[in-house]
Amino acid sequence: MDVEFLARLQFGFTIGFHYIYPPLSIGLGLILVILEGLYLKTGDKVYEMAVRFWIRIFALIFGIGVATGIIMEFEFGTNWATYSKYVGDIFGSALAAEGIFAFALESGFLGVLIFGWNRVSRPVHFISTIMVFFGSLFSAVWIVVANSWQQTPAGYHIVGQGMNARAEITDFWAMVFNPSSVDRLLHVWVGSILAGAFLVLSVNAWYLLHGKHKKIAAPTFKIALTVAALFSVFQLYLGDRSADVVTRYQPAKLAAMEGHYDSSAVADMYLFGYVDKKKEKVWGVKIPGGLSFLAHGSFKAPVTGLRAFKPEDRPSQVNSVFQFYHLMIASGIAMIALSLFGCWLWWRKKLFDYRWLLWIYAFSVLLPQLANEAGWFTAEMGRQPWVVYGLLRTSDALSRAVSAGQIIFSLILFTIVYIVLFALFLFQLNRKIQHGPVDYDTKEPIEDGARRDNPLLEHEHPGGAKKI
Amino acid sequence: MHTFLGLDYNVWWFLVFGAVISGYAILDGFDLGAGSLHLFLRKEQSRRIAMNAIGPIWDGNEVWLVIGGGALFAGFPAAYAAIFSAFYVPFMVFLMGLIWRAVSIEFRSKEPWLWWRKAWDIIYCFASIVISLSLGLMLGNVVEGIPLDSHHEFTGSWLYFFNPFAIMVAITTLALFMMHGAIFLTMKTEARLFVKLHVLANNFIVFFVVSFGITTLYTLLYIPHLSDFFKSRPAYFSIPLLMILAIANIPRQVKVGKYRYAFIFSTITIALLLIMVAIEVFPYLLYSPQQPANSITVDNAASSTRTMKILLVMALIGTPLVGIYTSFVFWTFKGKVRLDEMSY
Ligand code: HDD
Ligand code: HEM
Ligand code: HEM
Repeated sequence: MDVEFLARLQFGFTIGFHYIYPPLSIGLGLILVILEGLYLKTGDKVYEMAVRFWIRIFALIFGIGVATGIIMEFEFGTNWATYSKYVGDIFGSALAAEGIFAFALESGFLGVLIFGWNRVSRPVHFISTIMVFFGSLFSAVWIVVANSWQQTPAGYHIVGQGMNARAEITDFWAMVFNPSSVDRLLHVWVGSILAGAFLVLSVNAWYLLHGKHKKIAAPTFKIALTVAALFSVFQLYLGDRSADVVTRYQPAKLAAMEGHYDSSAVADMYLFGYVDKKKEKVWGVKIPGGLSFLAHGSFKAPVTGLRAFKPEDRPSQVNSVFQFYHLMIASGIAMIALSLFGCWLWWRKKLFDYRWLLWIYAFSVLLPQLANEAGWFTAEMGRQPWVVYGLLRTSDALSRAVSAGQIIFSLILFTIVYIVLFALFLFQLNRKIQHGPVDYDTKEPIEDGARRDNPLLEHEHPGGAKKI
Repeated sequence: MHTFLGLDYNVWWFLVFGAVISGYAILDGFDLGAGSLHLFLRKEQSRRIAMNAIGPIWDGNEVWLVIGGGALFAGFPAAYAAIFSAFYVPFMVFLMGLIWRAVSIEFRSKEPWLWWRKAWDIIYCFASIVISLSLGLMLGNVVEGIPLDSHHEFTGSWLYFFNPFAIMVAITTLALFMMHGAIFLTMKTEARLFVKLHVLANNFIVFFVVSFGITTLYTLLYIPHLSDFFKSRPAYFSIPLLMILAIANIPRQVKVGKYRYAFIFSTITIALLLIMVAIEVFPYLLYSPQQPANSITVDNAASSTRTMKILLVMALIGTPLVGIYTSFVFWTFKGKVRLDEMSY
């Protein structure tokens, strides 16, 4: 197996795994801010229990986000040394800014958020929660800016030749506000908020189905539903704007997203389908002229197709790009439908009347995850064969000091570790959810006091603490 | 050329990078040390207290590593590229250590089962040790230099890294962190646990002094390019001298029970050690003893002047901010550890 394939596989795998967690941290952060704000305003214990329950889940997610994120930061250097030299002048400052402005804020206040409930006053704790939320929002800013620069470079010039060529900043703000960064950042933020909202939605739906913690589950469910409804509709608009940017700046990617080959033809939009790369044709259900309409506002306008690009300048996995793109859209539409339907039932005062619907909500947590991952795979695979669009090819971006054997070694390590990690994560998440919110005044899990072995309450039974 | 207060931008950024790495070694040093000695603590309660002593702050400490990585990437991209691709294998091991450590802190106390906690205690301790050792190993190789070709790419195999000097530096690093961590824990604990940590701190001081002494001796005898610098510039002898004074002060302060001072002196020791390393390697970031012309220096690895300026502005704005929230968090959790329902 060649180094390029292995390095891409490893990068895609590790970033894909990392990207399960950050969106949840960002989205849950918003929910925590809302819940704690309501608690401060009303003093209602329901919100206290809810917010403290979600803080524990947040800690778990955050922990794994940190552990997997540190890998990402160094992987540019370990596996993409030439790329790092090429973009360091530009990309490096974004990464440094991320560390100093975002992560430091986030992880500093995280300690207070998780451990500080009894140590600092209510308002100070609330401020810490807000700080953690802002920190996580910021951390998305810089990394998305860096990635957007890679998609639509701006504010740079190329210095040197051949192996020694590199991009240098000429205009910092033009680099930061490159043509795609704002739209993509908003799209990523909202995708993250949806990830958090649907997690809360689904856990509470599960409680309602099992008749547990009703007093807390019902109001929290409604908060999450409101967030989900607002932002899923907004996401449709933002996604359309992202597609606009792709149309303008990355025509080969756009063509790959719909499997469109012929530049002189009207471009269709598929609901689902399959791209036959050999025959350069798509099989599936389509809206004729749909892509033409999206791209140029007319069902009759021709759209640049893949044949307009030399074969070596086309994304190599057209079908994957197509599938990921459609998976994202389908998930997005499903989220809109689910959350709006929920709101309508709520208005009719029938929100919790249908068990089948609650079951759907209980599994809806997968939708934003699918959409987020699929969106990135679309964006990144559609960018191929370039690492920096139009400037640096992926095959030229590798570390030449690293052999295939070394990557196989690390890839095996990562695979084993991440599988174990994911299993542990699900196990712990499940335990926390099963256990549910706790009333810290009586030290009892609400509504089922049977769980004496709750380690969180262990300090209450010093005699029970086992010696090792 | 492009200077600020008389110093070249590249040199400024070298200093900033050095300061961040020192900050990382000092801050994560004590929690890595606390982790490395974890299995010396035998009781469940002791282990929980030790873990909660670093609970709210270890993540913030680790951010210094993230900032350091970003600082190197931004200021010296060629060095970032060369160093991490050269140290591929030890660095992956280091990263694995970081993952398992983060996870074990998070998971350990979440279940009441004995086997669960025991297993995570072992993972936590070993991960901390592996991290400290691999950090030391890489530091040792950076100080000593590694073979590079004309594209600054490493030409050896990963077995090259396991040379005697680097191994000694690795062990010294572990000893240093264990001492630093034990002293930190004495400040956070009470009663019998505290007494135990006092004894441990004394043992680790001996461990550190012995391994440090051996490493120094070896350097003087076998690695002339490192000692030459000090031989030719006697004024710089003040730094190792100061360091020896600082090290000597640690057991003295521990003896009279002034742990805070002992901690300050072990902090100073770490800082001076890294300052010495910085002086020895400057202007190289990665030295190639075989072909010095292929070495990576602060000049041939540097970003453009414009980027350097942007970076310095960011550092000027960012550092006070980081300082403020770090002090806020440390202040919130000052004093002895108390376990409550939110603890690990
Ligand atoms: C949507 C935004 C987003 C994206 C696209 C990425 N991350 Fe991430 N990352 C976060 C949002 C985030 C976060 C929400 O801020 C995390 C998750 C949990 C946490 O601690 O912070 C995080 C954690 C995290 C950490 C640990 C920080 C710490 O110690 O606190 C590092 C070093 C990175 N990330 C680096 C990266 C790199 C190099 C990426 C790209 C290849 C990347 N992240 C993609
Ligand atoms: C967090 C969300 C992200 C996901 C899910 C993601 C996904 C992927 C995937 C799947 C690949 C492999 C593509 C292929 O082999 O066809 C890839 C490659 C890559 N991505 Fe991303 N990416 C993300 C964010 C980023 C960011 C923020 C950056 C940089 C700022 C980045 C830089 C790269 C680089 C350098 C490669 C390797 C070269 C390549 O194959 O194109 N990615 N990413
Ligand atoms: C429903 C309509 C949607 C449309 C039309 C849409 C459109 C797009 C487009 C065109 C891209 C590629 C941008 C690029 O390559 O630069 C993209 C990427 C992405 N999408 Fe969507 N999207 C939609 C819904 C969603 C939803 C619901 C989520 C998440 C919950 C999501 C998450 C993402 C992510 C994370 C990326 C990668 C980052 C980026 O490139 O911005 N999308 N989307």
